[in-house]
Amino acid sequence: MPRPGFVLDVDRSTPPTLFWRGEGFSLERLPADRSRIIYPPEPLAGLDNLDGHIRDALLNPLDMDPLPELLKPDMKLTICFDDASLSLPKMQQPDNRQRIVEAVLDMAAEAGVDDVHIIAALGLHRRMHEYELRHVLGDRIVDAFLPKGFLYQHDAEDPDNITVIGHTDEGEVLEINKRAAESDLVVYANINQVAMDGGWKSLTTGLASYRCLSEHHNPASLQNTRSLMDRHHSALHKSIWRMGELLRDSGPTVFQVETTINTEAFPSPFEFLAKREWEWTARDRGLFLASSKSLNKLPNRTKRKLFHKIEAPYRTTSVQAGFTATVHERTLENVYQQHLVEVDGQTDILTMGIPFISPYNPESIMNPILVMCMGLGYLFNMYRGKPLVREGGVVIMTHPTYEEFHPVHHPSYIDFFDEVLADTNDPAVMSTKWEKKYAEDEWYRHLYRTSYAYHGVHPFYAWYWGAHGQQHAGKVIIVGGYAATVRKLGFTPASTMNDALEIASDTVGRSPTISHLHVPGVLVADVK
Amino acid sequence: MKALQIRRNIARFGAARVVGAVSPSGATKVGPLEYRTIEDPERPGDGWHRVRTRLAGICGSDLSLIGGRASTYFESWVSFPFVPGHEVVGELVDGDEAGTRVVLEPVLGHAARDFPLPFDGARPADGDDYAHLAVTSQDGVEPAIQTGFCCSTGGGWAPWFWAHESQLHRLNLPINDLPDERAVLIEPFAGGIHAALLAAPIVEGRANPVVAVLGAGTMGLAAIAGLRRYIPDIRIVVGARYPHQRELALAFGADVVVTATELDRAVRREVGCHMLGGGESGALSSGADVTIDAVGSSRSIADSLRITRPRGRVVLLGMPAHVELDLTGLWHREIDLKGAYTYGTETLSDGTVTDTFHLAIDTVTAVEAERLLSATYSLDEHLDAIDHAATAGRRGAIKIAFDLRESN
Repeated sequence: MPRPGFVLDVDRSTPPTLFWRGEGFSLERLPADRSRIIYPPEPLAGLDNLDGHIRDALLNPLDMDPLPELLKPDMKLTICFDDASLSLPKMQQPDNRQRIVEAVLDMAAEAGVDDVHIIAALGLHRRMHEYELRHVLGDRIVDAFLPKGFLYQHDAEDPDNITVIGHTDEGEVLEINKRAAESDLVVYANINQVAMDGGWKSLTTGLASYRCLSEHHNPASLQNTRSLMDRHHSALHKSIWRMGELLRDSGPTVFQVETTINTEAFPSPFEFLAKREWEWTARDRGLFLASSKSLNKLPNRTKRKLFHKIEAPYRTTSVQAGFTATVHERTLENVYQQHLVEVDGQTDILTMGIPFISPYNPESIMNPILVMCMGLGYLFNMYRGKPLVREGGVVIMTHPTYEEFHPVHHPSYIDFFDEVLADTNDPAVMSTKWEKKYAEDEWYRHLYRTSYAYHGVHPFYAWYWGAHGQQHAGKVIIVGGYAATVRKLGFTPASTMNDALEIASDTVGRSPTISHLHVPGVLVADVK
Repeated sequence: MKALQIRRNIARFGAARVVGAVSPSGATKVGPLEYRTIEDPERPGDGWHRVRTRLAGICGSDLSLIGGRASTYFESWVSFPFVPGHEVVGELVDGDEAGTRVVLEPVLGHAARDFPLPFDGARPADGDDYAHLAVTSQDGVEPAIQTGFCCSTGGGWAPWFWAHESQLHRLNLPINDLPDERAVLIEPFAGGIHAALLAAPIVEGRANPVVAVLGAGTMGLAAIAGLRRYIPDIRIVVGARYPHQRELALAFGADVVVTATELDRAVRREVGCHMLGGGESGALSSGADVTIDAVGSSRSIADSLRITRPRGRVVLLGMPAHVELDLTGLWHREIDLKGAYTYGTETLSDGTVTDTFHLAIDTVTAVEAERLLSATYSLDEHLDAIDHAATAGRRGAIKIAFDLRESN
């Protein structure tokens, strides 16, 4: 029986705590008697016979007819799937999306459906490399569909293949991929790693245009998203759900298949990362020391390669299919069961280690903007109720924050860092002053459509993702980051955790209370 | 008198070239520049004035010579031994005008050599035949492109030298209104403004014209000031290596200032074109209408060609010497590669005909150019002075000069 999440009050006997530092990690000692460490629940048990569960979900869906009854020989069937931003790290093969799509294709074949398209729902993310498609869908699907042009990736900048579904009551435009919009049935194959994912978000963002995404991917929405992991208190999700209802009423029939996974993210020799430090064995300590020292000697490029090769031994904890809204409520119950940790009240400081990966740099570089996005966007938002840190408190992150960018994946990020952040780090100002220029830049558009680049506007979205955290925190400190880069982000650099706490004292006094969000694994603090 | 002098000494030039690759100050020690007692130069003839040096700047071309890196091209255009120093503010010594401050326009033009002017009112650097520079004049003035490279006239790195009437700009303003520290920058500013004005015909009539400037030492900054003052309605994008250079570039009127390595992306952002090679090569599909290369290296010229639009212009302001270049881009893009040597008669966009020195005198005042003068040295401190000038960028400096006011 896996143990639930746990809040450890730090005392003098507490061993140092693990912090990610990009492609490395460190042990930091937090002040006794006023610090607490929030540990995630242990990984839930996975389902045995996953293919059987998937088939069962397709045959016994929630609030919809069984999938075989929806499949007709002369129909247009479109299968969409989450892109390479999920899961993190990528899951060992066979990926859940492969299992789902294969099961759907088997049923479609039995029903005589021959007009089938498979679309990567990547929104404004970069296109997936073929090896990524093969990892996610398996060779059989890729070999059967890719050469014939029936497996492809959504292109948000192809005006001929975008269709307006309509406008919500609030005037938000919903426009999505034309093939999906004109299909008799859209099946969506999802992996739900955190509560932010899935539901109507899958389709209304993954197959949307820039115009449509900008309805909710904007500073006002993100500043009023409390939090990204609590859709009922998220302006972003409320907008998306309005679009979902419009899609339900005016769009194609959508059959949503969602899977939840546990938190077994790291195989040997990195399994010690997910353990509680006082339970480390001599072998764990040895592995930590050996891997830390080895990593410190390696160039960034090699370290990155090593980490991005990791394939996570996740186990799938649930499968549900059917009507999107119903399915997602069930999914959220399962996600929260894995992630929720009850926490009592806020503290003056929140500390977090920033890992080597975020949803926007699979097989790529965690550039400075993504450090901000990961820290103030994702990790800060790992709460329900109230943030772990009080308003005006201090967020302390650990990351090298090197000024490195992947020129193919993140071309507009480079210019965003050079040009936009030189001017402002205020999401509202940059949205008004700079966003349109980047969103409509022909070169970025060309690279997004034909190469492997994130859309030109994407660094803005990454920045907006942290808008709530940025607004909430009185100060943000990065420990171990390249000072000039940290300052350009609008944050304060510190050499050590002790220096950071000293710097933080200007904002929160000499004896602040501290919460440390233990990463990995993944948790959502249910702050009472 | 005691002066800094360069003599023809192949071994010393060679030694400077070898040592200079490692140590600029070392190159000065073993190189052709010597601080020694020289014979006073004889007055070349009528129309020549004795000028007492007040401040004399150290220019990139001086550093090239001292470091043994100058092109052999100049062998026919200099006469040894010579006293360097062509960025000079001084004062007249003799006659009724004794004490009058002057700035030197150093080109030894037609008038100084008793050649007919190429056209009425021509300035020393005008004309399309440089024969007068390569022959000994009737007055016995030996070949040289400028004062500071001529054995007959002396140069600014000495207590005094001879200057022809055609080379002198009298400073009629009180010293408080035009201090020597500002006036010594008039000559380099004239060079920079001349380069800036070479952008005018290319940007004329273009929608949203962009001029890029690569390098923001003295010449790059002078070009930026010239662009801002004399070419209306352009966007100026500057790539500069050092933070203090970037600050000054902004102060002198640049619209966008980035590090030198970011210039390609900054130009792309201004123009809205593509960057080729998926963003890794830095070559642009279009680019700046004009790029002023104020560095003059193989790398800077190659960079300039990559960021200049087809049928645009690259202006070589920095003295290039030997470079190795792939000129495919120049050929393919039909780029006009234009040298920018010194100054002369200029026609502004409103049709006004003037000379570059007058524009420079206005400009140094407008931008308070004395802030570029980072340090001054006496002649006997020349090793430190040359070292400082050769490493100005990374030492946070811009212009280094010799100050002879007290010793004179």
